[in-house]
Amino acid sequence: MQDLNDLYQEVILDHNRRPRNYGPLPDATQSAKGHNPLCGDKLTLSLKVEGDRITGISFEGSGCAISKSSASLMTDAVKGHTVDEATELFDKFHQMVTTPIDQPVDEEAVGKLAVLAGVREFPARVKCASLAWHTLKAALTKTTEPAKTE
Amino acid sequence: MTPHVVPAASPVPAPLDVLAVREQFPALHQLVHGKPLAYLDNAATTQKPQVVLDALRHYYERDNANVHRGVHTLSERATASYESARRSVQRFLNARSEREIIFTRNATESINLVARAWGDWQLKPGDEVLITAMEHHSNIVPWQMACARTGAILKVAPIDDRGDVILEEFEKLLTPRTKMLAVVHLSNALGTINPVEDMIAAARRVGATVLIDGSQSVYHMAVDVQALDPDFYVFTGHKVYGPTGIGVLYGRESLLQACPPFLGGGDMISSVTFEKSEWNELPYKFEAGTPNIADAIGLAAAIEFVRGIGFETIGAHESTLLEYATAQLSAVPGLTIIGTARRKASVVSFVMHDLHPHDIGTIVDREGVAIRTGHHCAQPVMDRFGIPATARASLAMYNTTDEIDALVVALDRVRQLLG
Repeated sequence: MQDLNDLYQEVILDHNRRPRNYGPLPDATQSAKGHNPLCGDKLTLSLKVEGDRITGISFEGSGCAISKSSASLMTDAVKGHTVDEATELFDKFHQMVTTPIDQPVDEEAVGKLAVLAGVREFPARVKCASLAWHTLKAALTKTTEPAKTE
Repeated sequence: MTPHVVPAASPVPAPLDVLAVREQFPALHQLVHGKPLAYLDNAATTQKPQVVLDALRHYYERDNANVHRGVHTLSERATASYESARRSVQRFLNARSEREIIFTRNATESINLVARAWGDWQLKPGDEVLITAMEHHSNIVPWQMACARTGAILKVAPIDDRGDVILEEFEKLLTPRTKMLAVVHLSNALGTINPVEDMIAAARRVGATVLIDGSQSVYHMAVDVQALDPDFYVFTGHKVYGPTGIGVLYGRESLLQACPPFLGGGDMISSVTFEKSEWNELPYKFEAGTPNIADAIGLAAAIEFVRGIGFETIGAHESTLLEYATAQLSAVPGLTIIGTARRKASVVSFVMHDLHPHDIGTIVDREGVAIRTGHHCAQPVMDRFGIPATARASLAMYNTTDEIDALVVALDRVRQLLG
């Protein structure tokens, strides 16, 4: 049962129970919707970007523990950072969750987000972890199409 | 395999020897993550008995040839087996004639065939197609597309909180404008068995043509198309213990006769010139190109297997399973069953307080329990109940009460981990 505990680590469970930055963002400058058609997960991500910096971020929606905690961890990780830094973190996160299971992940590069490395053992769940990140990218590029994990 | 034949005159169905039945299904006997597999995802697809695997192997090892065109021995054998498979399906549905049995790829293709060939022929602007709120996407999307092509209008009969069609609303929506009633026999997401006898009778009163989607019913209950009397009845082979890639369209002979063809090509013509082609007779008019010969033969093996056991025996066993599963799952703290129709098959959809079905599915899988989680290709049903998804245990003839216990134990594990 070790692998289940890899997936549902205490940090993930905590973010699932008490998601950070959850709710509307009244003074948002941009937002995007994300949808995982496979499991019906939906989230709306709102951003306040001032200059090149993300000064506010929040999310709302319904989803599994992995997608909700990933969104929560992401909002914490990018808040206060520049748009370029957030984009760089997107790439690092994406690389982590797509690294083959027998290869080590660069935990330093992603910091706290490393708790989500366990999804690699559950191929069907990688999309749950990446939904928030794809939505972030859509919000940053002000894409009007809903972000999808497909 | 004949140990489960029910004597025709038997007033009480012979009890199902579930262990003997399980012996016939090789895939059931394996460990998943070190635990014995409890396969409870039969509404998605059923496992295959040895006789089906043997039929496929026998065909490819011995009889493989194209049908309806060769004079050589193998082609004659392949043709005989393929046409014998059609007669198996005819008997299975109690159709009047084998000309009424068309092989397709699956139920989706069967519905698309009707929506295209019959729909484009018969639907006019302002006509209405009536479906219900519990349809699978396969009985929604082809009609939306047909309506977009023809100017017809799609109407949806609502369902109540139990998951039953609200019959008064249904009857109000059924008017002389209704040209097609397309309705699922047994809901994959809720387990509801629709009163299709009454619905067909009501459709007849307004002169509507009727299609019944039998994808889920064919492995739970006997279907008699002469008694039910729909115009079209569709199902897919892989849910009745047969192979994937083979489906069936039953159509009333006179209607199929009048209906233009669907796909054009080889086998569906009697003569071709560059000026004009003449259509072949039924059922070949609707089977363009080399058909899925092997899987039709595999499906026939599955059907004979099911007939050998008998739906009275299967139904009695599955009722016991449904009753047990409903009682056991209802006792799980925080669990709510979605779909409590008056007539129900052994499908139990549920949600658990604050726990997402996707997490439930992943965790129970590690306990060897295979269930489906998600919207079950019935997103409007999820919207109706205000939920994004459900977890679903769907039970077949080879399932046991022990496997339901395994699910309940696994759900305990979910609550320990995430609760």
